[in-house]
Amino acid sequence: MSMQVDTTQMEKVSFNAEQLEEIRELVARYPHPRSALLPVLHLAQQHFGYLPMNVQQLVADTLDVNLMQVREVVTFYTMFREQPTGKYLLEVCTNAGCMLNGACELLEHMCRTLGIRVGETTPDGLFTVTEVECAGACGGAPVVQVNNVYHEKVTAEHMDQLIADARAQEDGGVA
Amino acid sequence: MIPSDPSKVTAICFDRIHLPGQATLEVARKNGAYSYLPTVLNEMNREQIIEQVKISGLRGRGGAGFPTGLKWSFVPRNTGKPTYLLCNADEGEPGTFKDRDIMRFDPHLLIEGMIMAGFALGVHDAYIYIRGEFLHEANVMNAAIKEAYAANLLGEHILGTDFSMHLTVHRGAGAYVCGEETALIESLEGRPGRPRFKPPFPAVEGFYRCPTVVNNVETLATIPAILEHGGQWHKQIGVPNSAGMKIFSVSGHVNKPGNYEVPMGMPLRVLVEEYCGGLQHGDVPKAVIPGGSSTPWLGPEHYDVPLAYDEIHKAGSMLGSGAVIIMDETADVVALTRRLSHFYAHESCGQCTPCREGTGWLERVMLRLEAGGCNARDIEVLQDASEHMAGRTICALADGAAAPILSLLRMFPDEVNSYLAENKA
Ligand SMILES: Cc1cc2nc3c(=O)[nH]c(=O)nc-3n(C[C@H](O)[C@H](O)[C@H](O)COP(=O)(O)O)c2cc1C
Repeated sequence: MSMQVDTTQMEKVSFNAEQLEEIRELVARYPHPRSALLPVLHLAQQHFGYLPMNVQQLVADTLDVNLMQVREVVTFYTMFREQPTGKYLLEVCTNAGCMLNGACELLEHMCRTLGIRVGETTPDGLFTVTEVECAGACGGAPVVQVNNVYHEKVTAEHMDQLIADARAQEDGGVA
Repeated sequence: MIPSDPSKVTAICFDRIHLPGQATLEVARKNGAYSYLPTVLNEMNREQIIEQVKISGLRGRGGAGFPTGLKWSFVPRNTGKPTYLLCNADEGEPGTFKDRDIMRFDPHLLIEGMIMAGFALGVHDAYIYIRGEFLHEANVMNAAIKEAYAANLLGEHILGTDFSMHLTVHRGAGAYVCGEETALIESLEGRPGRPRFKPPFPAVEGFYRCPTVVNNVETLATIPAILEHGGQWHKQIGVPNSAGMKIFSVSGHVNKPGNYEVPMGMPLRVLVEEYCGGLQHGDVPKAVIPGGSSTPWLGPEHYDVPLAYDEIHKAGSMLGSGAVIIMDETADVVALTRRLSHFYAHESCGQCTPCREGTGWLERVMLRLEAGGCNARDIEVLQDASEHMAGRTICALADGAAAPILSLLRMFPDEVNSYLAENKA
């Protein structure tokens, strides 16, 4: 069938013993193992960095659900990513409260500084910039999440500093 | 300490929020957390609790404002199925950021409220559905829950009673619609968050088709004070039909944006000027969104509206989640509406045609309007389409998508006209 995805040719991945134990504990908290799908996808994304098809197959096998059900969930929720991102994922909220406090200008500034467009990753693989919906922290607008950590009342200078620090650390690490 | 004289109450949910270390059980207990719980578990029965919550006049703080005690009384007994309690911590409505502060600063208050609600409803398994982005808040909640288990405040035979309840934090993954209670249930069942047709309501058929109560964080965090001080006490705070305190999340063009817990009925102007440091520019707002991005906008003529359910309704909008977004004279209302139309198009789950097609279409017209490519006929269609989306779908997301567009066209026709192609030339 055309809807089926052939994962047999893909590199096999697995969870380690500790993760399997964590998954067992997660599953036990719900009336049905299927409820553990979002938590297990979070766990998998945390471990593998993103959710390529072989990881989705692994999640499906682990929870004994159909791969298509996993895919349906992965593609529905914006936090689940089928593509890798840069080492630093910069998510800029541009919804109402942030927009009224300069978020669009901030986003533009970040893109200009990094030489990329929204949704792209710098060629060195360090930074990805995305635009996200309301982060639920509008009192601290504009809000930028850096690898899921909230930064509030962010200015262009803050972001320049954060980017410079990350680069310096990276250069230090290489040398 | 919350005073037992209702006229002296200055905070309920935020009463202990700024105390250092409040997120830990040791400090929270020193400050009074769980002190009344044994009395509730040992001396009150389910009916008495529900009765007090009914008397209190508490209405759901998540947006719809449904009376909490009444909702609890709809839960059928002796169905042979378990009853579930789900705390809605999805906090996705643009402008809303109050539940986050309760969870990260006073997690034990929410846990205590959930234990009491769970006891009243005969719940054995409860869940907190928290938006995925709130990773820090989920971690704080999990740490607090762990402490509560260790102190026998959760788990089997809580504080030596017959009551047992388990509590689990469940992270969403970035979908606004999952804040809608039936979408939340779908999501908790490991599926995309597509709202279910009601009835049956969750109270009768919810999580895995079992009786389920869904309540907002702020609603549940109000329960301990109501049970300790009595329903009548709570009813005397605020104004008729809008009892109690309410957290307003104020954002946009104010000097001190943030969460402010104030008695219901406080005039909007007082909130903005005395609490939020006034407007960034000018003396009166250009427009105010009083209850989150899905509620109709109010104009400067409503600057003195009392922040209460009926009064805001009379002014033409809704109290919603208490998310007040202020626009001063510098606001570009066309750009803001375009941005909101993108939000709804992005967040529509796609199952109802008017919403799926309508939201995408509204966004495209708004983009074209902003770029100077619309004519007067497009504006009529914008109006028509918005009117025809509202109320024609399974959930209220489509109504929310229509609200900003209809507000813009009603309040700012001149500004909209100035964008039209014929006037731009
Ligand atoms: C599109 C949509 C999104 C919603 N988002 C939330 C939310 O993030 N948090 C919330 O508590 N209620 C939200 N609600 C309201 C819930 O459906 C429900 O009314 C509420 O959780 C009930 O709890 P309460 O009675 O304590 O307010 C939303 C409703 C809709 C239609």
